[in-house]
Amino acid sequence: MKDKQNTRVVVGMSGGVDSSVAALLLKEEGYDVVGIFMKNWDDTDENGVCTATEDYDDVVRVCNQLDIPYFAVNFEKQYWDKVFTYFLDEYKAGRTPNPDVMCNKEIKFKAFLEHAMSLGADYLATGHYAQVRENDGKYEMLRGIDDNKDQTYFLNQLSHDVLEKVMFPLGHLDKREVREIAKEHDLVTASKKDSTGICFIGERNFKEFLSEYLPAQPGQMKTLDGKEKGRHDGLMYYTIGQRQGLGIGGSGEPWFVVGKNLDENILYVDQGFDNDKLYSDGLIASDVNWINNIPDESFSCTAKFRYRQKDSAVTVTKMENGKVHVEFAEKQRAITPGQAVVFYNSEVCLGGGTIDDIIKDDYYLDYVG
Amino acid sequence: MEYIYLDHAATAPMDQRVIEAMTPVMTEVFGNPSSVHSFGRKARLYLDEARRTMAGSIQANEKEIVFTSGGTEADNLAMIGTAMANKEKGNHIITTVQEHHAALHTAEFLEEQGFDVTYLPVDETGRVSVDELNDALTDETILVSVMYVNNETGMIQPIETIGNLLKNHQAYFHTDAVQAFGLLDIDVKESGIDLLTVSSHKINGPKGIGFLYVSKDVKIEALQFGGEQERKRRPGTENVAAIAGFQKAVELVMAEKEERKQTYMNYKEQFMEKLSENGIEYYVNGNLEQAVAAILNLSFPGTNVESLLTNFDLDRMAASSGSACTAGSVEPSHVLSAMYDDNNERTTNSIRFSFGSSNTPENVSEAAERVAKIVKRAAN
Repeated sequence: MKDKQNTRVVVGMSGGVDSSVAALLLKEEGYDVVGIFMKNWDDTDENGVCTATEDYDDVVRVCNQLDIPYFAVNFEKQYWDKVFTYFLDEYKAGRTPNPDVMCNKEIKFKAFLEHAMSLGADYLATGHYAQVRENDGKYEMLRGIDDNKDQTYFLNQLSHDVLEKVMFPLGHLDKREVREIAKEHDLVTASKKDSTGICFIGERNFKEFLSEYLPAQPGQMKTLDGKEKGRHDGLMYYTIGQRQGLGIGGSGEPWFVVGKNLDENILYVDQGFDNDKLYSDGLIASDVNWINNIPDESFSCTAKFRYRQKDSAVTVTKMENGKVHVEFAEKQRAITPGQAVVFYNSEVCLGGGTIDDIIKDDYYLDYVG
Repeated sequence: MEYIYLDHAATAPMDQRVIEAMTPVMTEVFGNPSSVHSFGRKARLYLDEARRTMAGSIQANEKEIVFTSGGTEADNLAMIGTAMANKEKGNHIITTVQEHHAALHTAEFLEEQGFDVTYLPVDETGRVSVDELNDALTDETILVSVMYVNNETGMIQPIETIGNLLKNHQAYFHTDAVQAFGLLDIDVKESGIDLLTVSSHKINGPKGIGFLYVSKDVKIEALQFGGEQERKRRPGTENVAAIAGFQKAVELVMAEKEERKQTYMNYKEQFMEKLSENGIEYYVNGNLEQAVAAILNLSFPGTNVESLLTNFDLDRMAASSGSACTAGSVEPSHVLSAMYDDNNERTTNSIRFSFGSSNTPENVSEAAERVAKIVKRAAN
């Protein structure tokens, strides 16, 4: 092992409090820390100010406070090709993509990692709430200590070889502590608001954003048994289990999106949060990544089907072509194609995949996607 | 590891002798040069002497020197000031696609104000064609602005030929000589130059000071309003200490010009030799015959600017590229894009090395070794 002083760690810095504190902690530990800002999206606000420039200014100020060198790198082209194209394709296919998972897989922990390595880095660090544990040369990813902030869901596609080169300095802290550390050190980002939503959309209206890139095709809203309930603005604007924005009046329980028919451009709706049509007992996932090889063909573990959800007990059975069949111990509501399913064994994140098909009573739920 | 600076075309360290010339001015000469008392007169003396030195350095008259805050302001004043003052003579301006942004963006501003602007192309070596300039000239042309030496490639432009061509034309001839001053012999009268921009910090003087030579025959409007300073062409109390430092820097560069040229030329050759010895593949952007001694722009196939410059910096070495990469936005160099084309890989794999006062044969050699190591790693 090299001593820390001669161990170069490139920190991906966004201009937010998390990555600022990640850099600070590494610097305090004595590493040779280099801060790098990634620009993945070209965006200008209503005053003609590039939002990335503002964030970069914060990176500059924090790095100066920490006395570490800082640089910027541009991955706009890679981001467009690998993440945004995927994002649009998924919406076109009527699914609900997860660009953060793809960004981590293709940009932050691939293109950016390669860039860091080309700068002589030994490690890449980010401000994610997750932990890496080494055990006899075997690297595992653990959930962040802060249950509410744990980000392993978004990191499920990271490979073992990538984890070997990665540090998550915030994994053992909770968000409150991170803010406190930032305040103690008077970092300029200490009170900066956390970013919300999908990074390239930011605070903007999602519908408006999407309509700039994909033509919206309004169509009919129906119940599964064919009753017309009005019009929808375009299937891509809706996700399974959604209640808002349907505009169906009348008496009785609220209405929810329960499915989509892409061929006929129909949005399926039904009444009641706990409507049976929203429930399923299994799924098929593809592009499954196992961080460490699991020899068993079938095994029990827990899973998350969306971010910040509690774990559910499942049985995973491997199929061909990197697919898996996931059987739920208890019925699940509003499983959404395109989202990630992520597997855990206690605190260890085993990996994950993309939800493709939803199963109920041994049949594919065709109406979901 | 020693820090090595190879970015003197961006800015150069102040010469110790310049600092020594400025110090007594800052400690003792606080008067306002416009004041009619002994304090003011004392300051005025520095100003007048500096003006004489500036004029002498380009064969101009001292009344033709306007101090500005630097090259950018001088370019703005030269172009906007003459365009606005000579509107009745015509509406056409000629410049080139490879000007420094201080001139290029000023030309774009004038275009927005209703002037017709022709942006001349450059050839593959980064030189503007006099024939094309001749073809572009019309009876409406009131201003031609062509930089003396390109700041990215170091390529010397055919300034004297252009000056001669324009001697029989109404158009004023402005040249941004920021990268030429101190490395080339400049004679504004001989070369038919009407307006010429010089900056102090590129020649080891202080930042925030420069001058615009404005021929006595030029009609020009001020861009700012106030007192009578600089014959009303640039009002505002003069920065006397900076002007004194600038004067010293000009004196030094004039006295040491030939020696500096030879030294930088040696560095350039030594640097390239070392790269070749290390088996590095590189191409010169522009050419060696028509470039100034201090600037060397090299393309390294298989690399990219962002990664190279970051690696250089982490290895304690400073150079630059024409592509601006603020906040991660990569704009390919407009100069290299003009020479090749937008998609040519030279626009994204080229580095400008510029030699100067902080270099020694030893650190140039050491720098070449470090560059070779990084390029080797990056190109694989």
